[in-house]
Amino acid sequence: MSRSILRSVAVPLAAVVLGLLIGAVLIISQDASPVTAYSSLLQGGLGDGDALLRTLQKATPLIFGGLAVAFAFKAGLFNIGGQGQLLVGAVFAAGVGFGIDGLPMFIHLPAALIAGALAGAIWGGIAGALKATTGAHEVIVTIMLNFVGGNLTDWLSANPWKDNSGSNIVARTPLVEDSATIPTLGSVPVGFLLAVVTAASCWLILERTTYGFEVRSVGHNRNAAHYAGIRVGWIMASTMAVAGVLAGLGGAVESLGVDGRFEAGVNVGLGFEGITIALLARANALGVIPAALLVGLMEAGAARMQFKAGVAPELIDVIQALILFFVAAPVIIRWLLRMRQGGSEQLRLGAGWGRT
Amino acid sequence: MKPRQRQLLWIAAAVIIALAWGFYSANGPQTTAVLAGTVRAATLLALGAMCGMIGERSGIVNIGIEGQFLMSAFFAFTVTSITGSLFMGALAGIATGLTMGWLLAAMAVGLKVDQIIAGTVLNIAALGLTSFFYDRSRSLGVSKYTNIDLGPLADLPLVGTVFFSRPPITYLTMALLVIVHVALFRSVWGMRTRAIGEHPGAADTVGIDVLRLRYLNVTLAGGFAGLGGSYLALEAVGTFSRAMSGGRGFLALAVMIFGRRTPFGAYAAALFFGFTTALQNQFQLNSTFDIPPQFVGMLPFVVTIVVVALSGLMGSMRDPAALGQTYEKG
Repeated sequence: MSRSILRSVAVPLAAVVLGLLIGAVLIISQDASPVTAYSSLLQGGLGDGDALLRTLQKATPLIFGGLAVAFAFKAGLFNIGGQGQLLVGAVFAAGVGFGIDGLPMFIHLPAALIAGALAGAIWGGIAGALKATTGAHEVIVTIMLNFVGGNLTDWLSANPWKDNSGSNIVARTPLVEDSATIPTLGSVPVGFLLAVVTAASCWLILERTTYGFEVRSVGHNRNAAHYAGIRVGWIMASTMAVAGVLAGLGGAVESLGVDGRFEAGVNVGLGFEGITIALLARANALGVIPAALLVGLMEAGAARMQFKAGVAPELIDVIQALILFFVAAPVIIRWLLRMRQGGSEQLRLGAGWGRT
Repeated sequence: MKPRQRQLLWIAAAVIIALAWGFYSANGPQTTAVLAGTVRAATLLALGAMCGMIGERSGIVNIGIEGQFLMSAFFAFTVTSITGSLFMGALAGIATGLTMGWLLAAMAVGLKVDQIIAGTVLNIAALGLTSFFYDRSRSLGVSKYTNIDLGPLADLPLVGTVFFSRPPITYLTMALLVIVHVALFRSVWGMRTRAIGEHPGAADTVGIDVLRLRYLNVTLAGGFAGLGGSYLALEAVGTFSRAMSGGRGFLALAVMIFGRRTPFGAYAAALFFGFTTALQNQFQLNSTFDIPPQFVGMLPFVVTIVVVALSGLMGSMRDPAALGQTYEKG
C-alpha cells in the first residue's frame, strides 16, 4: 500500500520540484534571487491568516475546476469546457443571488448554488448528449461552448443584469444579497469546505458506487463496457453533465463567496487551470485537493513575490506549464529518478478524435 | 467530391456572389468594409487550419495551435522590435512555429504523451512564457505590413479592395493554400502522409518510416501556425499583447473540421467565420441593426456545434482512421 502511494506521488512531486528548479533559473535570468522569490511566495500564501485565506480562496475554484476535468477523464472524455461551464455557473448564481431578496439564507444560498450547478450541468450536458447521440467530439463542442458561454455571460452582465448603480459602466451584475453570500469562518472560506466535501463525494461516487464503476468501465474500454450491458451513451452524457455541475459550482462559489458578483472578464482562465489540476492529480478526485492547494498557494503568493523579489507573477504560469509537461511525460522523470515503468503512469484519454 | 455536391457548391457560390453584388449596389463602402474584414479575419484561421490539417492527415491531433500562434506572435514582435525588420520578425515567427511543432512531435510521437495533453501543455506554456517575458514598454518600432495593390486588379470594384489590395502574408497564405492542396493530394509526400494517418501499420509494411514522417509533418505544420503568429503580430495588429491569439487557434480546428481537412474547404470555412467576425465589428460600429454584438459573436461557434453534430449523424465527415493513436512499431 505505502509503496503504491509513494509510486503515485513520486512523479507529480518530482514534477513540482523540477518545475520550481527551472523557475529558479528563470528568476536568476531576471536578475532576482530565487531564495527571496520563493520564500516571499510561501509567505504570501501561508504567512498569516490573510495569506491562508487567500490561498484557500484561490484553491476553491481550482478544486471544482480540477474535479470537472478529472470526473470526465474517468469516462475517457476530455472536458476542456470547464471555462464555459464555470462562467455560466457564475453568472446564474449571481443572478439568483442579487435578483431575489427577502429569502432566508438557508433557502437563498442553496438556491443560488443550485442555479449555478444547473447552468453548468446544461453546458456540460449539451456536449455529453451530442457526443452520445451524434458522436460530435466533446473537445470541439466544449471549446465552442466556452465561446458561447463567454458571449452569453458578457451579454447578461452588460445588458439585462447590469449593475446600474452610480456611474458604473463595467459589465457586471449588482452585488449579491447577504442572504446569498457564502460566509468565511476565520481564515477558512466555507466555499473551500464545500469544495473538499465535493471532492470526497466524487471519489466515493467514482470508486464505491455502481455508477462510478460504469463510468470507469466506459473510460477503460467503451466497446467492452457496451458488451457488458452498460449504457455507454447515457454514461457519457451524464458524466459530462456532472462535470458541468462541478465547474458550475466552482463559478457559483466565486460569485457568491469571493467576488460578491459576476463581472465579465474576471474569471477568465480559471476553467482552463482545472486541466492542470486534474493532470497533476492524475485524475484522482482526492488528489485534486493537494494539487489545487499547491497551485492556489502559488497564485496567492505571487503578488508578494513580485513586491519583495521583483519577479513577474506570470512566473507562476510558467511553472504550472512545466509541471504539467513533466507530469504528462513521466518518461523524463522516470529516467531522472531511475524508476522502473509503472503500469498505469501514462495518462490516456483513449482514442483522440475518433468516434468509437 | 460527388457531382451533386459540386452542383450544390456552384449554386452556393452563385448565391453568395449575387448577395454580395446586391449589398454592394445598396451600400458600397459598408459592404466593402465587411468583406475586406472577412478576408482579413480568414487568413489566421486558414493558416491555423492548414497546421492542424497536416498534423491530422498524418494521425496527430494538434490542439496546441493556440499556443503556437501566441508564442510565434511573441517572437515575431520581439525580433522585429529589436532588428527593425518586419521580414526578420516574420521569419522568427515561422522559426518559432517550427520549434513548437517539433516540441509537439517530440511529446506526441517521441515520448508518446497523449496528443491532447501534449497540445494542452503547449497552450499553457505559451501563455505563461509570453506573459512572463512580455515587456510592456517595448513597441514594434516600425509600422506593420501595409496593403500591396496587385496592379490593375486592385482597381476592380469590390473584388479589387477585398482580394487584390492586401498585405503580404495574406497573399502568401492564399498561395500556400494552393501549394498544400497540390502537395496533399497530388504528391508522393501527400499520399504517404495520408497513409500514415489512415493505416500506419500498412504504411509501415510498404517501407514508410511512420514515426519519422509524423515527426517531420508535425514540425512542418508548426511553421504554418508560426506564419499565423507573424501575421497576428506584424500584419493584423502591429503589436503584441497578452493572450492576443484569443482562442482563434481553437477556432482554426473547427475551421479545419468544417472544411473536411482540405485547404480549399478550410478557406471557405475560414471566410464564413471571418464574415461573422467582420459583421460583428460592423454591428458594433453602427447601430442600424438592434442585434447585440455578443449574439453575432456566438454565431460561428453555434454553427460549428451544429455542423459537427450533423456531420456525425450523417457520417459524412470521416476522421483519418488512426487519428489520435500512438503508433508502436510492431
